[in-house]
Amino acid sequence: MTPAAPAPASPTPKSGVWSLKLYIAGYTPRAVRALDNLKEICEEHLHGLYRIEVIDLLRNPKLASGDQIVAVPTLVRKLPVPVRKIIGDLADHERVLVGLDLRSRPR
Amino acid sequence: MLQQSGSDKAPGATQVRGSERLKGLTKCATGIRGLDEITLGGLPRGRPTLVCGGAGCGKTLMAMEFIVRGARDFGEPGAFMAFEETGAELSKNVASLGFDVPKLVRQKKMALDYVQINRGELEETGEYDLEGLFVRLGSMIDEVKAKRVALDTLESLFSSLPNEAILRAELRRLFRWLKDKGVTTIITGEQGSGELLTRHGLEEYVSDCVIRLDHRVVNQIATRRLRVVKYRGSVHGTNEYPTMIDEQGLSILPISAMGLNYPVSTERISSGISRLDTMLDGKGFWKGSSILVSGTAGSGKSSLAASFVDSVCSKGGRALYFSFEESPDQIMRNMSSIGLDLGRHVRSGRLQFNSVRSSLYGLEGHLVAIHSLVEKFKPDVVVMDPITSMSSIGTREEIKAMFSRVIDYLKNRQITAVFNSLTAAGDAQEESEVGISSLMDTWLLLRMVESASERNRVLYVLKSRGMAHSNQMREYRLTNDGIQLSDVYTGAGTVYTGSARMAQEARDRAEAEGAVQKASRQTRELEHEHASVRAQVESLQAKLAGIEQDLASSRNAEKARVQAEHGDRAEMARHRMADKQRKGAE
Repeated sequence: MTPAAPAPASPTPKSGVWSLKLYIAGYTPRAVRALDNLKEICEEHLHGLYRIEVIDLLRNPKLASGDQIVAVPTLVRKLPVPVRKIIGDLADHERVLVGLDLRSRPR
Repeated sequence: MLQQSGSDKAPGATQVRGSERLKGLTKCATGIRGLDEITLGGLPRGRPTLVCGGAGCGKTLMAMEFIVRGARDFGEPGAFMAFEETGAELSKNVASLGFDVPKLVRQKKMALDYVQINRGELEETGEYDLEGLFVRLGSMIDEVKAKRVALDTLESLFSSLPNEAILRAELRRLFRWLKDKGVTTIITGEQGSGELLTRHGLEEYVSDCVIRLDHRVVNQIATRRLRVVKYRGSVHGTNEYPTMIDEQGLSILPISAMGLNYPVSTERISSGISRLDTMLDGKGFWKGSSILVSGTAGSGKSSLAASFVDSVCSKGGRALYFSFEESPDQIMRNMSSIGLDLGRHVRSGRLQFNSVRSSLYGLEGHLVAIHSLVEKFKPDVVVMDPITSMSSIGTREEIKAMFSRVIDYLKNRQITAVFNSLTAAGDAQEESEVGISSLMDTWLLLRMVESASERNRVLYVLKSRGMAHSNQMREYRLTNDGIQLSDVYTGAGTVYTGSARMAQEARDRAEAEGAVQKASRQTRELEHEHASVRAQVESLQAKLAGIEQDLASSRNAEKARVQAEHGDRAEMARHRMADKQRKGAE
């Protein structure tokens, strides 16, 4: 959740820290699951190179339109550009990695 | 047994509930012209209404008008969620209709949100729901305390979100949620193919009210139509109604007469024919009134209208002449034959002709054309000649609806309007073909009267609201110096016109002269008699005088004779020496 020092073993570019936002609507079991999945994936693939911001729309409904959130949970990769969005509880790690451009799309 | 008694009860119970619900169904006026008339009050309050139709049929406009009119005219703030156009685009599109969306947003009477889902940047993993959408909508509703919501076009979610099962479940939840919030909602949906009203079967979720918009070409004429497919718990018009989009938004044609509250003028406007003005209370038409001129072919309707136009333009007014059968040049040439030079008014820019075949557009197209020309030209007087040619492009009811629109519109702008109506020969003269006479303030009837192997024109004022108009017929003559009205002769149930009238006039003149002669003869005769009687009196008097004289002289003679006799007797006595006794005895 906090920026860490640059780590050597990163499969992605030297662009710096990844900025990830996870939009949820209340800490529902699904939201908690999504957050757990996200942390797991980040620790594994972006260790020390990421920052996760959790936005609870029930508390800040105004923030939903900025990132055009319709579904929850939605993970938004703000940085590096381009913006990527992944909806769902992030249970399928492979698809999350594809969605985050951490793995090339399967042919 | 038990089951049966249960089922006996059940229908009764639902019936009670049903009627309670019917009573409880309140409506939410849309303010969209004509729609509230068809639905007898508006959309079901607190419930969702589905508006479906093909591309370009006006779905978005209808949704936007519902929200804007609610916020602006009904004090009901609204939330508009757009899925296809950005807020700025939407605002710009409706700005031409006089809808100032940014202002309403600033005043917190309206909330606008654009939901954009870019499929390309979206990946789906695992379970999710559309709570984000709910949160956004909820926050908009809370922000402006919205009573109305529009979702345009919700169906685009189907193409952006991959999991249809989740989407359908969420839509069902959304409609329930909207109902719970008590907001009146319009949901638009793309026209579906086959039996589906919408492409993704949204009608499955919206069961209260479904409105279908349609834009199609009939007889090569593009027409917009609207139909209320379904309205649970309410009666509603079930026809397809012609619809148009003008500079004030959407408007559905069957309108009785929207709010009869136009300003009225106390000014009068001359008809251009002084004797007709005399018939109309001596002052002519009311300014801003609508005038129907009906008559058979060739009875002089156009001439009457042209005469009015000429008079108005000569006094500096502006006139717009809609002709559905003749070209401007033809009208001008024909009118020059009765001494009306309309060309000079065209050249001075005070008169504009608009000659189009009635079949060029649909009724709504004509309405739009009339509106836009009137807005542009700003006339004082509008002529439509003849409105009966519209009967080929619409039913009687549609035409009546259209003209009640036109009349309302013109009255609101204080424009005097002349509508010429052709009555078929042999028809009841008082029956105007398109049934719009009740909308008119003044009705002039031109009739052809056949007598003595002539056809002559007769004009009378069938009605004229708000003035003591003449009840007399006038012969209507088209002369080289314009229109002339003459008295007609009525007697023994016939009307004398033309030569018969002239003969009657001559007869009358002769009779009048005869009467004068007779009177003077009588005077003379009396004078004569007077003189002769006087002469008789005089001669009799003379005679009387003679008689009196004679009488006097005769009396004198007698006296003399008596005296003489006495004298004689005394003489004789003296002579005979008679005694005095005898004389005493005598």
